[in-house]
Amino acid sequence: MITLAHYLTLGAVLFCIAVAGIFINRKNVITLLMSIELMLLAVNTNFIAFSRFLGDVSGQVFVFFILTVAAAESAIGLAILVVLFRNRATINVTQIDDLKG
Amino acid sequence: MNPTMIAFNSADLATLAPEIFLLGATCAILLIDLFLKPSQRNVTHVLALLALVVTAVLLWRGASAPRLLAFNGMFVRDGVAAILKLFIVLTTALVFLYSRSYMRERKLLVGEFYLLLLFATLGMMLLVSAGSLVTVYLGLELLTLSSYALVALNRDSVLSSEAAIKYFVLGALASGMLLYGMSMLYGATATLDLAKIHAVADFSAASPHRTLLAFGLVFLVAGIGFKLGAAPFHMWLPDVYHGAPTSITLFISSGSKLAAVGMAYRLLEGALGGMSGDWTLMLSVLAVLSLAVGNVVAIAQTNLKRMLAYSTISHIGFLLLGFINGTAAGLAAALFYMICYALMAAAAFGVIMLLARAGFEAEEIDDFKGLNRRSPWYAGMMAITMFSLAGVPPLFGFFAKLMVLKVVIDAGHLWLAIVAIIFAIVGLFYYLRVVKVMYFDAPADDSELALPADLPFRWALSLNALALVVLGVAWSPLLDWCNQALAASLSASP
Repeated sequence: MITLAHYLTLGAVLFCIAVAGIFINRKNVITLLMSIELMLLAVNTNFIAFSRFLGDVSGQVFVFFILTVAAAESAIGLAILVVLFRNRATINVTQIDDLKG
Repeated sequence: MNPTMIAFNSADLATLAPEIFLLGATCAILLIDLFLKPSQRNVTHVLALLALVVTAVLLWRGASAPRLLAFNGMFVRDGVAAILKLFIVLTTALVFLYSRSYMRERKLLVGEFYLLLLFATLGMMLLVSAGSLVTVYLGLELLTLSSYALVALNRDSVLSSEAAIKYFVLGALASGMLLYGMSMLYGATATLDLAKIHAVADFSAASPHRTLLAFGLVFLVAGIGFKLGAAPFHMWLPDVYHGAPTSITLFISSGSKLAAVGMAYRLLEGALGGMSGDWTLMLSVLAVLSLAVGNVVAIAQTNLKRMLAYSTISHIGFLLLGFINGTAAGLAAALFYMICYALMAAAAFGVIMLLARAGFEAEEIDDFKGLNRRSPWYAGMMAITMFSLAGVPPLFGFFAKLMVLKVVIDAGHLWLAIVAIIFAIVGLFYYLRVVKVMYFDAPADDSELALPADLPFRWALSLNALALVVLGVAWSPLLDWCNQALAASLSASP
């Protein structure tokens, strides 16, 4: 029997992987975008699990909004990535360091 | 859910009149702008300003009305929202007025600039009126997605694109944190409505949902900290301020900070007012860290935009001190402080844009050397702004700091007030350095400053800086307004 706790653990693990992906990643920016998506999916898992076990449908409605916004967000993220690559010819995270102080 | 609960009420549309008007006007400008030549961009400029003026009039007409809920509590119209929205619209109008010549010289005066700013304004208006977690999220994303694109507006600039990707990644991380916290609140209360969360949530130590709520609260505070730019969540702020075109920096430092305060108020006080004991502790840690990091690191900066970014962090620290009181007076002081900061930031970045030329950003402190000899009037305006940011009496910034310190001491946190004063004195150093450079250093180029021909810009900038003097004398009506709005909002919410 899969309980609420299982889903919440899954959500927490996905969220941690996503945050670790953002902070540990030293390779390239596309991995960052994937981590961001994963983080939103972790939240969606939580919302759906709560919605199912609380018998309240509004959490699932929220998930549709999050999915829609996430699509717009990745579109903008990829557009910024294209601009970045055109200007610098690299998407290596360690080399994006002109701004500091 | 009972289907009769979700009924459409046409009176709701009247409650949202300013937002609906702004949306309609923005869509109309989007269409009109398509048919304009680049040389006719002034039409877009005038239409965008007109749209903001009409929105402000609609907001003003509804400002004194009692608290109203629309669309089953998704949208709240109250005094706090009215004040924040009026100042948000004002700061967006200032961005338009200030940046026309700056953006034109950089070939960035495109229709997108106006449209994205108008959509961001709409997002901010939704955010500060949010009555449900869904509206908080949608308003916030409409604001931040527009902001990411605005930061990247200068497509050929290496710095601009780097700032945009940093803003995007950390902004998305913040949204993720906020959403994770929201999912915990939803799990503990089975509702997305902020007022219902406040009513339903059981905050007592014996409650079975206590852990879930506390867990959610930590994520919410982290998300709010990111959006406000409070230390230790401030990493993105200096880079974005530095890399973005100055007009966008102006927008991010004034309007969007006002909206973030609105969001913090809705989430912390509106939904989790019962846990104020927990979040005041977290916020006081953020406040002290922000004051320390902001004021100390700002001393080491040679770039004025970066220095103002660290100054923002320290001002956010002061703002959070107002929140930790948790009473109507404390929140009113925080609101008052943020309005004051938005006006000061607008004036400071306005002067930077005034000095900028094609191919010259005027963003180094050294670019202000001897400004007094080149243009005494605008050196005076910058000096007023710097003194006000530093909190020198009798300017507006001093009274904003004073009100916050007063509520902090009233709440019994004397040590916090002492820390805040010490760091305010540290802060004096870097603000006064700008004044010293303007008045006592020899300019690299002794010629008179060539002012942009844009008269509305120069008038608005002078009025903005002089308002800091006028409000320094006549600050009490604004503070009374904030106090009344918060007292009414807090007593009306269940």
